[in-house]
Amino acid sequence: MILRAIFQIGILLVLPPLLLGVVNRVKSVAAGRTGPPLLQLYSDLWKLIRKDVVYSRTTTWVFRAGPLVGLAAVATAGTMLPVAGQPALLAFPGDFVLFAYLLALARFATALAALDTGSSFEGMGAAREVSFASMAEPALFLVLVVMARATASLSLSGMLGPALAPAWKAAAPALLLSAIALFVVALAENSRIPVDDPNTHLELTMIHEVMVLDHSGPELAFILYGAAIKLFLFGALFVRLVADVGVAGFWAAEVAFVVELVGFAILVGLVESGMARLRLTRVPQMLVGASVLSVFALVLLLR
Amino acid sequence: MSPAGLALAATVLASASGLGGLALHRRPALGQRVSAALLVGGALLGIAAALPVLLGGPTSLLRIDWGQPHAALALRLDPLAAFFLVPVLSVPALGALYGLAYWPQAEPGRRGARLQAWYGVLAGSMAAVVLADNALLFLFAWEVMALGGFFLVRSDADRKDAQKASWIYLAAAHVGSFALFALFAAVGGARGSFDFAAWAALPATGAGWLAVLALVGFGIKAGIVPLHFWLPGAHAAAPSHVSAVMSGVLLKTGVYGLLRTAGFFEAPPAAWGGLLLVLGGASGVLGVALALAQHDLKRLLAYHSVENIGIITMGVGLAMVGRSLGDPELVLLGFGGGVLHVVNHALFKSLLFLGAGSVQHATGTRDLERLGGLARAMPWTAGLFLVGAAAISGLPPLNGFVSEWLVALGAVSALDLPAFDRAAFVVLVAPTLALVGALAAACFVKVQGTVFLGNPRTDDAARAHESPRAMLVPMAVLAAACVSIGLLPSLLVPALSRAAAAWAGVPVERLAPAAGLAAGSAGMVSVVASVLAGALLLAWLARRRLGSAGASTTWGCGYAYPTPRMAYTGSSFAQILNHGFRWALLPRVRLAPPRGIFPTGARFSTEPREAVLDLALVPAVRDYVQATSRIRRLVAGRLHLQALLVLATLVAMLAWRLLWW
Repeated sequence: MILRAIFQIGILLVLPPLLLGVVNRVKSVAAGRTGPPLLQLYSDLWKLIRKDVVYSRTTTWVFRAGPLVGLAAVATAGTMLPVAGQPALLAFPGDFVLFAYLLALARFATALAALDTGSSFEGMGAAREVSFASMAEPALFLVLVVMARATASLSLSGMLGPALAPAWKAAAPALLLSAIALFVVALAENSRIPVDDPNTHLELTMIHEVMVLDHSGPELAFILYGAAIKLFLFGALFVRLVADVGVAGFWAAEVAFVVELVGFAILVGLVESGMARLRLTRVPQMLVGASVLSVFALVLLLR
Repeated sequence: MSPAGLALAATVLASASGLGGLALHRRPALGQRVSAALLVGGALLGIAAALPVLLGGPTSLLRIDWGQPHAALALRLDPLAAFFLVPVLSVPALGALYGLAYWPQAEPGRRGARLQAWYGVLAGSMAAVVLADNALLFLFAWEVMALGGFFLVRSDADRKDAQKASWIYLAAAHVGSFALFALFAAVGGARGSFDFAAWAALPATGAGWLAVLALVGFGIKAGIVPLHFWLPGAHAAAPSHVSAVMSGVLLKTGVYGLLRTAGFFEAPPAAWGGLLLVLGGASGVLGVALALAQHDLKRLLAYHSVENIGIITMGVGLAMVGRSLGDPELVLLGFGGGVLHVVNHALFKSLLFLGAGSVQHATGTRDLERLGGLARAMPWTAGLFLVGAAAISGLPPLNGFVSEWLVALGAVSALDLPAFDRAAFVVLVAPTLALVGALAAACFVKVQGTVFLGNPRTDDAARAHESPRAMLVPMAVLAAACVSIGLLPSLLVPALSRAAAAWAGVPVERLAPAAGLAAGSAGMVSVVASVLAGALLLAWLARRRLGSAGASTTWGCGYAYPTPRMAYTGSSFAQILNHGFRWALLPRVRLAPPRGIFPTGARFSTEPREAVLDLALVPAVRDYVQATSRIRRLVAGRLHLQALLVLATLVAMLAWRLLWW
């Protein structure tokens, strides 16, 4: 039991940077480049964590607190997410609401830290982030409500647990629609193409990256690490929802889970390679579209 | 003394608190201190009265006959009243302490003694509304409360906007009172008694128009969309500690009235709950959308009250649906979330209004675009305001999250209803709450960012100073309450379940499984909060030992001389969402775009409009006055014609009564 708990925390804390490495490798291969090593982000984090910090003279303690709260909230959300079909460390009815609101807390702290710099670019980033998030949030909730209805469970561990496989047999169309919506939300929440381009070089067009322009040293490391964990959280939700392969045994299931997560990262990388970024004014339409899809899914279940 | 007797003493103490200032008009500073002390004493007495009832004691009754027909000083302190009594008395007490520094009576021309007198009357009348067990006593207290609010909004009677706002408030309040008179007269007439005790188990069939009357009467007070039109103006015009009381607790008397009236009916139909859910959802979304567009800090906070009343109404609506379905989970979670949100909103909204008052006190402006960078000069105010901002955005681990979470949990608990049941669609409350919460978070990032962070945008903001301790301590008390409820929500569940059982008229054991679920999950929320605290501590330790390579300017993409005018303003911040909600805001846009090859100047301004008031009510009333002006001109000064008009009306009514009724 304790061993499993340690293992789950270990996966949550160690695996995430690898996913971003896979995404970047897929993008490089698709573009005909060699690309950075798979473990590049680990080296980046190690380098940054040993560096000194530079602060803007405009900033206050809010700027310093932003990365800490952001990382802590995302990691805490991870303790409620079941890994590989095993129940999460903390599971209780209504935990999915807390899960979503902890992600909101991270966003709140990051956006405030951005505004603390007094920079108009970071203001733009923060405005876009919170605006798009307020359209993604209902879609995420609708997806979770659909899963709750399909599995008759009010906790994430129940929704992604053994009840999921029979739910697919009974309500495949609804779950498929909500899986598509979840993927769209995952792309938006993690600032991936087609919503945001993590590699863009023009501050005016960035969303997430521009919010963290002024962070440096270990605080930047916390932000990058937090972003990786967030991608992991959405990936874990998504792969469990769509690829619930019935592998027997604890270790086999864990291995299958990691393989599926890498598959998710490849999928994200392929989407990023195959698509252009949407104009900012199109992003709300895409997110509202995701909400509409999941409302359809809900209607299918409730009719 | 019985709890009800204590509560009566608290009410009298609060009502009379302002008289000290009137008696001691030679020594205004002392008078104000006496008033504040009396209000604090009243609040402590009120808490002492409410606690035993909340902890499971019996409902406490008190009855003193007046010798008037139907009227009696009948008080009832049950768990529902106790939940409302605590904020209704403590928020005014904290506001009075704050007022010692914010609105000193000793300053000339302040009319401070009068404000203090009405302030005490308002606090006492709200307590009386909550305690009243007789319809006539309730209406009496309700009217005193409305008048108290009117005189308090006019405290700055020299200001035009305060005058206008106070008249609109008074008119709206009386439309509401009129509906309540009709409602209580109808029920009292049918039952032959005006004691609430005699009104139990009213039949709900054919009582739809009573429900509409209650919805109008109490909905105007609560500020449910579209009856919220009076609210932003009145709350923005009042002095800030008065705004805190009006927005934090005065609105809640409307919610209390709705709950109390709903409690009279036996098995209300699901449609009533459904209507409340729809109106609550509309209030939530439109309230926060309108708030996002505001430039005035206090108007923005006032619109957030509309949003939070929406959340509370959704909770109440869930509980009503639960009663008609006989679903104990819906009843407990909806009622518990709604009532807890009443308390929570009282805490964080008054905290935010007091913070807004401090900002106005320090800078002389409430215009978001003229503020900025105040966290440097006012670190305590900024920190306490941040607690309130996070709480109202529903972020864990603060109290706003707990109540919104209970309502959301109630909504999804309806998922176990069988398919083909239309009631299952109440789950849509959960995504609505998510939308409202995310928009509120966006709005408070805007507020906190433009007011307290970055660089000062004007000299007024640059010259700001920290508030005196008398203003900080009440805010700190409110913030501490927000944090404690957020960290230990499970302690409140037993009291909430007793109140819900008494309200729904079911034995408390029927709600026990649902209460167990709520308490267990609420306990897990505390666990997650401690995990969060531990993670924060770890992250802090990980970066603490590292040095700093010094300070620099903010990165401006290579531009080294940024000025505060280049910083993102509140309006730019909210632009994406305002654009999305332009169908609801109907903003007045003034645009003079740059023209020609060498443009000389360009202007752009938007001003959100209060659609219900500015576009519907004011034109309608103006047209009505114009249309009737001819009749008035004809009869003006001619008594015989006026008498004829009255007679003609009477004959017409008689004819209608005889022929059609």
